[in-house]
Amino acid sequence: MSFQPVLPWLILALPLLGAAVNGAGAFLWRDDKRIPTIVGPAALLGSFAVVLVNFIAMSGADLHGAEVVSLWNWIVSGDLRIGVDLQFDQLSMLMCMIVTGVGSLIHIYSVGYMRDDPGYSRYFSYLNLFVFFMLVLVLGASFPLMFVGWEGVGLCSYLLIGFWYENRDYANAGKKAFIMNRIGDAGFLVAMFLVFVAFGTLDFIPVLAAADGTLAYGGALVTGITLLLFLGCTGKSAQIPLHTWLPDAMAGPTPVSALIHAATMVTAGVYLIARTSVLFALSPVSQGVVAAVGAGTALFAASIAIRQYDIKKVLAYSTISQLGYMFLAVGIGAFTAGVFHLMTHAFFKALLFLGAGAVIHAVHHAWAHGDEHGDGDGHGDPNDMRNYGGLRKFMPRTFVFMWVATLAIAGVPPLAGFFSKDEIIWYSGAYGYPILWGVALATALLTAVYMARLMVMTFHGGNRTFGHEGAAEAGRKLHEVPAVMWAPLAVLAVLSVVGGWANIPEALPLLPTVEWLHHWLEPVFAPAIAVKEAHGFAPEYRSPVGGGEALWAVISAAIAIAAVVGTVRVLSPKPVPTEAEAVAPTGFARVLHDKWYVDELYDRAIVRPSLALWRACWRIVDAGIIDGAVNGAGRAARLLGWAGGQLQTGRVTTYLVAFMLGALLVLGVLS
Amino acid sequence: MAAALGLNGLIALFVSAILFSIGVIGVLLRRNAIIVFMCIELMLNAANLSLVAFARMHGIEGQIFVFFVMAVAAAEAAVGLAIIIAIFRHYEVVDLDRFRLLKW
Repeated sequence: MSFQPVLPWLILALPLLGAAVNGAGAFLWRDDKRIPTIVGPAALLGSFAVVLVNFIAMSGADLHGAEVVSLWNWIVSGDLRIGVDLQFDQLSMLMCMIVTGVGSLIHIYSVGYMRDDPGYSRYFSYLNLFVFFMLVLVLGASFPLMFVGWEGVGLCSYLLIGFWYENRDYANAGKKAFIMNRIGDAGFLVAMFLVFVAFGTLDFIPVLAAADGTLAYGGALVTGITLLLFLGCTGKSAQIPLHTWLPDAMAGPTPVSALIHAATMVTAGVYLIARTSVLFALSPVSQGVVAAVGAGTALFAASIAIRQYDIKKVLAYSTISQLGYMFLAVGIGAFTAGVFHLMTHAFFKALLFLGAGAVIHAVHHAWAHGDEHGDGDGHGDPNDMRNYGGLRKFMPRTFVFMWVATLAIAGVPPLAGFFSKDEIIWYSGAYGYPILWGVALATALLTAVYMARLMVMTFHGGNRTFGHEGAAEAGRKLHEVPAVMWAPLAVLAVLSVVGGWANIPEALPLLPTVEWLHHWLEPVFAPAIAVKEAHGFAPEYRSPVGGGEALWAVISAAIAIAAVVGTVRVLSPKPVPTEAEAVAPTGFARVLHDKWYVDELYDRAIVRPSLALWRACWRIVDAGIIDGAVNGAGRAARLLGWAGGQLQTGRVTTYLVAFMLGALLVLGVLS
Repeated sequence: MAAALGLNGLIALFVSAILFSIGVIGVLLRRNAIIVFMCIELMLNAANLSLVAFARMHGIEGQIFVFFVMAVAAAEAAVGLAIIIAIFRHYEVVDLDRFRLLKW
């Protein structure tokens, strides 16, 4: 049975329509929250339903290669034809499921979280628009169409980070994200030009089919293309050296952080590499760079997460670190493992962010409760974990869901993160990269530690929201979030448990779904694997220090459990100072707390010299030369006019003398 | 040319040139508006004289021209004198150096 996409255009049209309706609503019915409440989530649920139908149809069909749906021509020029074509294959459908599925849950959650916000309709408009562009990115069948989605999600990310634009810092965070992304986008663009030069087309299917013959293995051109593409990935997916925008992006509303800066947009880089896997397979240098940057970022970001106090910053660095894992996976050629971790990470990281949002929401409302202005000002930062503590009593549901997500990301079996992360660690060893394997293992340990620390500071111990002695007041004012917010958490918690069962390793056949995801994605990645195998890729499937997959799965699970238990036991008895009492960390802890001073480095090395240069351009070139030329022209004209004016004495005699001399001159010339 | 004009014609041209020069110098040097005006008339009539002199050589058209010039000059004299009288009534002088309104 062949596969025919069902109503493919509807997947994109529904979120776009939702964005249009809510966008109009932001102007026309600002105070009426009923329409955005219905339209926003409904647009996503509708889109999800269509994707689900297609997903089921595809899994029943025998699809090799991809089904391309051509909607209309976009650019036709000479031999070049770029159409608005949607590519339906196993990879894009899986991504669509994640984007619309997790997106729907986050839209529903937003109804509760953003309830009191004056920009309610505008918020849903941006969020719908983001999902539209994300789907364009995922479904686009050519580099340019993907780039449209790529830029579109960047735009929506900028709009949503700076959603509370009255706050200057938030608006600046939006700008920072946008500018950092532009650096990467430039790489993407140049890569696209090179692809066109090499292949004469920009559609994925012909390019990937012809890649092995057209481009030399390990040649300069393919290495250049893939490295430039990877530069785009580092921008979008917040990898070293362009990672600094993501922690600042936490300025946006928390559901936005969950959807854009954890579950979907930031994984676009991983998706791009998975999509162009054949090109990367042709360049061992690029693969090495991707894997090394990914592993380095994973360890680097995890080390920072250990010393952060802002709950969202911890999760942001955790996201960067987990994205590093995904790049490590696609870098070593374990594409399925990378996409698998992308999927499970979308589940548990969205859950973590939404849970953090619930905590922030509860603390903010507790402070605002009975407050003179009702805004909770004057208490402190509702994102700061030093202001939490003991929330287990007040928010029992959130507490349970957050622990599920924490165990999932830490890699405790049988939750999702255990399977996906362990697969990456295993393959990095099995494919013969002992150093990356060690880094991945160390990062797994750090992951368990910083997540357990987050949980201890937030939910365990005594409550500090109203100071150390404010337990009674906290008991009156801190409440669990409403059902519209915790219900999506419950769904995500279930997914965080079962998500990993989609790809049970062969070595541990605990469920019938052994290697299901691997088989599902095989048609997409088979060409890349074939290229690698044709050029001497023959892994031995053993870890660098011996032992098989099953043994190392048990060992890494043991490391995760030991790290979580150990951290809880060490940190629980320690009193935590409140935000007001906090003392600045010293020594190495301070380096981690200050994020290895990367922002400061960029500020000194790039931002300030650039500003100095531009100030010089302004003062010297613009104000001096350009303004000087313009003002000088004006001054010269005035001088000339003044000189001419002096001839006008007003005396008739002068004019007559001039007239006579002129007449004599004319006569002299004529005769 | 001298032959066709004859001696009298030649004299008439010289007189015309002298009259015209006197007129020019008068216009340039004198300050009294009436005198300047009279010098302009002198230049006009110098031109008339040379037209009449050339009429000997080229036929009657030159003399006809002179009648036209005289008619126009009469009209011009009326307007010019009227302006001078208006100025005098206002300022009670007709010294051209006093009138410098044509400036910038």
